[in-house]
Amino acid sequence: MIAIVDYGVGNLFSLKSSLAMIGADAIVTGKEEDLRAADKIILPGVGAFEDAANKLRASGLDAVVIEQANAGKPLLGICLGMQMLFDRSFEYGEHKGLGLIAGDVIDMRPRIPESLKVPHIGWNALKLTQPVHPLFRNIQEGDCVYFVHSFYAANCEEATIATADYGAKLTAAVARKNVHGCQFHPEKSGKVGLNILRAFCEQTE
Amino acid sequence: MITKRIIPCLDVKDGRVVKGVNFLGLNDVSDPVKLGQYYSDNGADELVFYDITASAEGRALFTDILTHVAETIFIPLTVGGGINTLDDFDRVLKCGADKVSVNSGAIRNPALIGEAAKRYGDQCVVLSVDVKRVVGQFRVFAKGGREDTGLDALTWIKRGVEQGAGEIVLNSIDTDGVKRGFDLEMLSAVCELVNVPVIASGGAGGIPDFVTLFTALPKVDAGLAASIFHFGEVQIKDLKQALHEAGIPVRRV
Repeated sequence: MIAIVDYGVGNLFSLKSSLAMIGADAIVTGKEEDLRAADKIILPGVGAFEDAANKLRASGLDAVVIEQANAGKPLLGICLGMQMLFDRSFEYGEHKGLGLIAGDVIDMRPRIPESLKVPHIGWNALKLTQPVHPLFRNIQEGDCVYFVHSFYAANCEEATIATADYGAKLTAAVARKNVHGCQFHPEKSGKVGLNILRAFCEQTE
Repeated sequence: MITKRIIPCLDVKDGRVVKGVNFLGLNDVSDPVKLGQYYSDNGADELVFYDITASAEGRALFTDILTHVAETIFIPLTVGGGINTLDDFDRVLKCGADKVSVNSGAIRNPALIGEAAKRYGDQCVVLSVDVKRVVGQFRVFAKGGREDTGLDALTWIKRGVEQGAGEIVLNSIDTDGVKRGFDLEMLSAVCELVNVPVIASGGAGGIPDFVTLFTALPKVDAGLAASIFHFGEVQIKDLKQALHEAGIPVRRV
């Protein structure tokens, strides 16, 4: 069973539907015992970092996510949920993340040409690092996924498993042992996204 | 590099997809769930579902259909039509919409754009504008293109973006249904004005119109059309192939 962490941020309808589509047994939950009982955990998130991090902290689930990740349970952070895996974010001030992956979340604006629009919205091609991470075993280099974000993870070269080109090389996905993160939305990325979720669901501890 | 998006628009009335020419004379086309799935499987980058129902029963049916669509289609969904309040945003977002398009509701209550952007984020708020030339001015029309609001379109769009609209759908009433190409002049004026994604709508008659659109106006992010896709006059796969051959980045499936 997969636990989708519900801490009052974002719309979990599509994520739940996409997991149902690939036959995965998933629940949307805000209960600590569900996270502990689950085989895998997905940490979603949209909106501003500070607000989401505060809500996760207020729910008390941050400690459970860290505890379960450190115990080896497969974890997937999506979009802002991926950004929260890092040490800190510089979105409107400096904020502490979960510290599961070393790196910082920074504004893309100073790093990309002024002519490009922010947020980075739309379908962009993935460049997969070699060797290809198991999360991407069902997809190919150059496959497109759907992004919506203005900040991105930096100083995390060792954990980076995919990038996307948007006037600069943006971190698209990261992994460190059992902890994974996708900046893009696999639940909105058509068949490619479903194949990524399927690969995550097939991971074992 | 980010790809140019191709977006079929499904106008839904009483549970069925319809498409008018110049907003008049609606024809029944198909089942919204099946048509949505077809597009999703065949290369559409996003879908727009537009609720053109007036009755409360029709609205409930639309919301029901939207839920079915969102359960089976895993590409971004934008929903518009009858969005007048934050409760309307809530209603469609809970059914799986990713973005909400406002039009007449924002004209009646411009504060809606800012309130929605604050609650759901700029990326969630799409400002859809129906524009027609009136005595040399780009004029905003309301109520599905039937009513001249007297508003200058460029002023209105700029204000909308300042309030937090994260994307503009520019529908030219002058070219809509005519099938002789997008309104490049109008689109160019809007692209120079704002730095959020601009979606071109109205006038696509065939593949060359999309090639011209993205070649002439590299700042346009997406092309939206309805009948040419619904009636099979343009297959999205062929369109993407042609765009790719013209050197325009597209997502190919």
